[in-house]
This record gives sequence, C-alpha cells and structure tokens, in this order.
Amino acid sequence: MADKLTLDIVTPYGSVFSDEVDEVVAPGTEGEFGVLPGHVPFITTLNIGILTYKKGGSTGYVFVNSGYAEVSDDRVLILADSAEKAEDIDVERAKAAMKRAEERMKKQEEIDFARAQAALQRAVTRIEAAKKAGHGG
Amino acid sequence: MATLRDIKRRINSVKSTAKITRAMKMVSAAKLRRAQERMFALRPYADKIGEVLSSLSQPVEQDVHPLLMPRPRKTVEVLILTSDKGLCGAFNSNVIKAGVNLINRLKSEGFEVSISTIGRKARDYFKRRGVEIREVWTGLSGKITYSSAQEVARNLMEHYMNETFDEVHLVYNEFKTVVAQKVVELKLLPIAPVEHETDKEMKDFLFEPSEEEVFNRLLPKSIEILVYRAMLESQASEEAARMTAMENATTNAEDMIDRLTLEYNKARQASITKELMDIVGGAEALKE
Repeated sequence: MADKLTLDIVTPYGSVFSDEVDEVVAPGTEGEFGVLPGHVPFITTLNIGILTYKKGGSTGYVFVNSGYAEVSDDRVLILADSAEKAEDIDVERAKAAMKRAEERMKKQEEIDFARAQAALQRAVTRIEAAKKAGHGG
Repeated sequence: MATLRDIKRRINSVKSTAKITRAMKMVSAAKLRRAQERMFALRPYADKIGEVLSSLSQPVEQDVHPLLMPRPRKTVEVLILTSDKGLCGAFNSNVIKAGVNLINRLKSEGFEVSISTIGRKARDYFKRRGVEIREVWTGLSGKITYSSAQEVARNLMEHYMNETFDEVHLVYNEFKTVVAQKVVELKLLPIAPVEHETDKEMKDFLFEPSEEEVFNRLLPKSIEILVYRAMLESQASEEAARMTAMENATTNAEDMIDRLTLEYNKARQASITKELMDIVGGAEALKE
C-alpha cells in the first residue's frame, strides 16, 4: 500500500492541481469527507466549497465549484466546474461578485434568485479560501 | 494627367486594404492560438468525465435516465453554429449549407424541424428567408466560456425533456488543421449508450449519495461538455478560416499593387515620351 495519494483537480479550463499529497478533505454533497491512502473506491458529487490537502507539514487550500470526486487506487480525481488554488484567488473580484450577487438578491426576482444565491456562495467561499491561505484578508 | 493620378489613387487604396487584411490575419492568428489552447485545456476534463462514466457499473439500463432514452421521433432540433462576424471565407456558408441540407432531408423524411442558431450569420440567413427560429444565441464569438455552453446545453436538455423536440443535432465546423475545417453533424440527444470497456475490471465503488444520483448529474455534464467542445471547435475553425481568407486577400492585394505599379510606370513613361515628342516636334517646326 502506497503511503501517498495522487490528487488531480481538473476543470474545463484545464488542470488546476496535480501532485502527491498525504491527505485530502473535500466538500461532498453529503458532508465533508477525508481521504487517506488505502481508501475504498468511492465516487461522490461535490458542493461549492474548500478542498484541503496536507503535504509534508504544510496544508493547502483549493476552492472547488461543484463537480465530482472519484477515489480509487490511492488516486483522488476531482472534476469541478471551476477550481482555483487559494493563493491564485482574486479577492477583489470575489468581493465585487459578492456585492453584485447581494444586490441581485435584494431585487428578489425569483428566477434569478437561485443563481444569485449560488454566485454569492461561490464568492463567499472564494474569499474564505483566500483568507485561509493567508492573503487578501 | 488624370489617368496617372487615378492609378496612383487606386494603388494607395489597395495598399491600405492590404494593411487592414494583414492586421486582421495577425489578430486571427492570435485568437486562433487562444482557441486552440482552450481546446487542449478541455481535453483532460472531457477524457476524465468519460472515464468516470465508464467506471460506473454496467447495469445502467437505457430507461434509467430520460436523456438516454430514444423515443419516437416527431420533431427534430437542428442547432447550427456560425460566427457573428464575416470575412472568414466559406466558413459560414459551408456550415449553413450543411444545416439546410440536413433540415431538408429531415423534412423529406416527414419530421418536423425546429431550428436554433448560435452566431449572427445563421440567424440572419434564416431571418432573411422568413424561417422561424426557435432560439438564438449571439455575441458569443470570442467570448465562449463554459457557462455560456452550459446555458445552451441546459436550454436544449430542458426542451428535450419537455418534449418540444425528440432529437437534437448539432451542425458545426470541426477544426482539423489551420487550413482544413470540416463541417460535421453530431447527434447530441438522446445520448448514445455509454460504451463500457468489458475487459476492464469493474471496481466496487461506493457511491454518495447514490449511484443513480451521480449518474444523473454526470449525464447532463457530458452534454454540456459536448456543446462546449463544439463551440470551441467552431471558434477555432472560424479564426483559422479568417486567417486563411485574410492571407489570400493580402496576397491578392499585393499582386494587384504590383500590377498597378507596372501600369503606373508604363503610363508615366508614355507621358514622358509624348512630351519629348512634342518638344522635338516643336523644335523641328521652328527650324523650318
């Protein structure tokens, strides 16, 4: 049994992350789940959230925007609609997006409400991820 | 010397045209590179989605999801992908021609056809002929994002589920190489059953929330990817076609400049010769 996991995060815009790590915690639709080497084969859907991985002594954060995770043979494959490493997140843009979403939600147009809500959640999660990585606070 | 001036004026006008076509070619080359990069970027994701789909266990029956289920065809949707701007050779006319052929074929087989278009060119074509268009997307040229493809795909799936139509075909330009684009027709819905690699050892996957749920979310995703890919292919083809067209235009303009310059010089020489003859003739006349 290998003692490392291969973590691959892929989006339609290209691969975001590909490296060997020790541990992964991802935001599944049924709650967060952790993966360690030797995990059983596992497929789940993902929510908007922050994926955490540990490598050596350091911890990394990646924002993921819904999708799937497949775990098999000590390989974690994340297919996300979009994803960004915490250190790459544009905090200013996320903040602007948050404001826009809030304004739209105030207007209370029912059709756009769900979309605005999802946008808001994405923006808030992005900012949170950036904070965790210790930039843009 | 009116003719001399005329020729000079033409030369200048052709020269400025050549300048424009040369610039457009360069712009297209840059855009083409960007479009190609995005096509390459999508590839791993598309491959992996296919992988996950085929790693789902076998007993996925055709009636498990409406997107998989063929039903009696009555109305067929044809979605034609064109560009918003012209000046790209036969790019748009080829794809429209193929689309119209498909529509006529379907009609002659007795199906109702509903038409949707991406890009201003196809819209204008059908509008001019008074053909009803179901849905139009414009302003996407050069600004294709995954979410714009999602919007198109979701619209198609929604209407498919509502039984507005029973089958969806895409007609678009596939990017082969910079000099070759091929018009292709793609049956998008219903989805052809996923082919399982039978020799591949099936793992016992744990599913969360459930296998069905995962599958139900994965299927629409694969449609979105297909639409996104078609849009990117079309985009890359458009820029490639424009690049070729502009290169030809530049070459033609240069040929014309050469020809006009020759003509100009001939006319100049002729006028000088004529002047000389006048002078000589005048001097001869004075002698006598």
